[in-house]
Amino acid sequence: MIADHLPVLVVVLPLVGAVATLLAGWADRRLCFPIAMATTVIQFCISLVLLSQVMQTGPLHYNLGNWLPPWGIEYVIDQLNGFVLAVILFLCVLSCLYANRSILSEIDEKKIPAFYTVLLLLVTGVCGIAVTGDLFNLYVFLEISSLAAYALVAIGREKRALISSFTYLVMGSVSACFILLGIGHLYIVTGTLNMADLARVLPPLYGSTVVQTAFIFFIIGLSIKTALFPLHLWLPDAYRYSPSAVTVLLSTIVSKIGVYALIRILFSVFTPSFIIIDIPVMEVFCWLAAAAIIGGSVIAIAQTDLKRMLAYSSVSQMGYILLGIGIADSIAVTGGILHILNHAVMKGCLFMIAGAFIYTSGIRSIEDLRGIARTMPLTAAAFVIAAASMIGIPPTVGFMSKWFIALGALESGQWIFVLVILASSLLTAVYFWKVIEYMYFREPVPACGEAITSARDPPAGMLAPILVLAAACVLFGIFVSIPLEIIVPFVTGILGGT
Amino acid sequence: MDQTSVLPVLAICIPAVAAALILIFRNRPVIRESWTILASFATLACVLSMLPLVFSGTEPYAALFPILPGLSLSFRADAFALIFALTSSGLWVMNSFYSIGYMRAHHGENLARYFFCFAVAISAALGVAFSADLLTMFIFYEILTLSTYPLVVHAETEEARMAGRKYLAYLLTAGIFFLLSVLITYYLTGGTAFAAGGILTGHGSALLMTILFITFLIGFAKAAWIPLHSWLPSAMVAPTPVSALLHAVAVVKAGVFGIARVVFYVFGIDMVSALGLGLLLACIASFTIIVASMMALTQDNLKKRLAYSTVSQLSYILLGVALLTPSGIIAALIHIPFHAFMKITLFFAAGSIIVMTGIENISEMKGIGRRMPITMLMFAIGAIGVCGLPPVCGIITKWYLALGAIEAGQLVFLAVILTSSILNVLYFFPIISTAFFEKPDADTGIHEAPLFMLVPLTITGICSVLLFLFPDWPFLNLVTMAESVITGSVMP
Repeated sequence: MIADHLPVLVVVLPLVGAVATLLAGWADRRLCFPIAMATTVIQFCISLVLLSQVMQTGPLHYNLGNWLPPWGIEYVIDQLNGFVLAVILFLCVLSCLYANRSILSEIDEKKIPAFYTVLLLLVTGVCGIAVTGDLFNLYVFLEISSLAAYALVAIGREKRALISSFTYLVMGSVSACFILLGIGHLYIVTGTLNMADLARVLPPLYGSTVVQTAFIFFIIGLSIKTALFPLHLWLPDAYRYSPSAVTVLLSTIVSKIGVYALIRILFSVFTPSFIIIDIPVMEVFCWLAAAAIIGGSVIAIAQTDLKRMLAYSSVSQMGYILLGIGIADSIAVTGGILHILNHAVMKGCLFMIAGAFIYTSGIRSIEDLRGIARTMPLTAAAFVIAAASMIGIPPTVGFMSKWFIALGALESGQWIFVLVILASSLLTAVYFWKVIEYMYFREPVPACGEAITSARDPPAGMLAPILVLAAACVLFGIFVSIPLEIIVPFVTGILGGT
Repeated sequence: MDQTSVLPVLAICIPAVAAALILIFRNRPVIRESWTILASFATLACVLSMLPLVFSGTEPYAALFPILPGLSLSFRADAFALIFALTSSGLWVMNSFYSIGYMRAHHGENLARYFFCFAVAISAALGVAFSADLLTMFIFYEILTLSTYPLVVHAETEEARMAGRKYLAYLLTAGIFFLLSVLITYYLTGGTAFAAGGILTGHGSALLMTILFITFLIGFAKAAWIPLHSWLPSAMVAPTPVSALLHAVAVVKAGVFGIARVVFYVFGIDMVSALGLGLLLACIASFTIIVASMMALTQDNLKKRLAYSTVSQLSYILLGVALLTPSGIIAALIHIPFHAFMKITLFFAAGSIIVMTGIENISEMKGIGRRMPITMLMFAIGAIGVCGLPPVCGIITKWYLALGAIEAGQLVFLAVILTSSILNVLYFFPIISTAFFEKPDADTGIHEAPLFMLVPLTITGICSVLLFLFPDWPFLNLVTMAESVITGSVMP
């Protein structure tokens, strides 16, 4: 009975949780965290059940309010969003656990109920995007998650956070306009908003300028959301000035859901033959992704602030995902989708570590981290593992996605992107190794000596998620066949055999 | 004939497990170092236990779970692999004792990190030896790079950090080329498993194969061929046991071993000779042999001189590979263990001098042979061996290498070998004469190093002589087995 309603439950639950958190927060602030935690854990369990159902019986369809599609809103869960949903909620659980301790030092106490409420609203939006099969519904959830994200960026004590949140809001609204216009254009031509229905109706209309315009609007709108170079300008500040737990959420779930929406629109609403044959936009897309990969890394090398460095590294890594998708070869797309999981795990881990440094020692600058490995050995070790994964050292997860994307580029004869991927590994090594050298092989600077010697590994609530993600970097690398079993059928479905 | 067996995996796992135990007991020096010793003996025993199997014609083989579709982590202990594995694990035993003596006397800090990284590096070196496909080899090759980096920067001085950066810059860049080569190989053939006679035949044009060969060579920058050698002399800033085992044996031999594997088991002799790539490699090797020997002449720092000597000697192996003749192959493969024994003796001696006197420069070593007679005697044995003179095992290499050059009809390489021998004598004999025949400046009361250091050094020195007297078991037998497998595939 209840099992039939799981697709909608995964969205409704955090919405109810958000209200419950707000009400409970009035009574006692300490109740907020358990409620939020319980909500995300239950959601994660639901997502695993959904994923296993999809793997056994194929895509699930759920008609909201029993209105039949294409008139009603339909929720569809196939391998792709089953996978993305599980990844995102896994990170949500860990971020929520991490937030409990880490926000104490970064957020005013009276804002704690608001924090958890907005966090659950963010989760609502993100899960909604993941499960919906309706284009307009997707837009609504995109706005919910974006508004929640703007609020979360501004919730900290830093004054600059307000400015970065505002920039984020402006850019996000521009992006939303493009997406909404895209949806409008498609609706004018087809009269439907259901994705599956659109995919049926659209092919004869591919010659239409309106459809092509809509397509370009989608690409631009979602490129801003995913911070594709050179539309990434909102990202570094938003990541740098938001509280650590929020940075983790932004870099893992918010950016990943944007990529998911992009894949969905590229491959499920439109068809691969359209994007490959009718419009050469993928060519441009690949080059932009390549520019992101190299540009993001180069700028990251120049950073002195750890979180900002990681933010630019995100720009670069998102480029990997988009390059994999842009090459539109089945192996490369597999690599791109795999990198959604991989980058979420690695970057989540790294931002949590950056937050842990701030929490225990107050240090944000890379230069001041000298010698911190002695007093925070576990945190530093986790950093090394995650950094190795970012560089793409086997047998970590980062290597696996790199392998697939490079192999896909090779198969489709685009040698230049193979070189881009390999060269970027080196650039990544440069900026991560700088941090590792400072942490392990240098004496503390006098000004920070006190902060370094008194630093300790963070409390268990923060350390546990860090170590889980670091372990995941290696485990998913060795047992990469587990995520592949989910991804490959989807890719085969849209692009044909591997 | 393959026989499924856990032994190769076990040999790789023992040092890895020891590394974990070292980390757990990081604050208990005696227990921590006992694990190193125990693991080194256990690893050697494990490798030795594979010898009878291999001699009887069965090859222990293990394929673990697939890491990528169609590519599983796979290991094979053939004769070829055992040459390298036996050398590394055997000398690890010696080096473990020496390390304890040296590190306690000289670098007291961060010993847990030192022994941890050392064990991981040995595990990775064995992984390179036993890997049965390119991807597995690549994985361990990269782990080897990363695990040795903390050893290079162990002293945490500015010089050490710069050397560390150079080390990573060279070797990670090389790793990228290696990865590119693996990708291309996989793309062309749909697999990466080694097979005697090569797997690339009939896949791709001559130009592509030449490019691939070159990217492979760059990928194996650990072989320190000129101009990709300069990380090695810089890495001498590491503690001497690291220079001795890793930068004379495990790391650099992983590079030449990799090149040999690729030439014989990925490209195959036929293709390499048909495309003239053997000649290319032989020219690179000859250039390296001569130039590195000349560079060694100019070094006053003993470890640096030994490092350039290593660069030169590694290219003996490459030259042997490049000749593509039976004797050349034997020379190449036999030089892997022989050079290891001789060079580790030399480094052990250099390390003992540093610990007892603090002297690193040859010009300051006047009369040191009178104060540390056993150490310097062993040094002399190692030096004689590297020069290729009897009664030390180096001459066996030189003999086969010369034969190989004649078999290949390339007399110019014979000249290279002879020139190099002269240069070797020129850069080693001044050290010996300074040490034994010049008068010390003052009586400083220097004496032999502690037994923890002196005994391993004596053993490796004596072994170098014994390997000359009795080269057959196990090394020459293994080498001839490997050679017949490699050449047998050419002439069925």
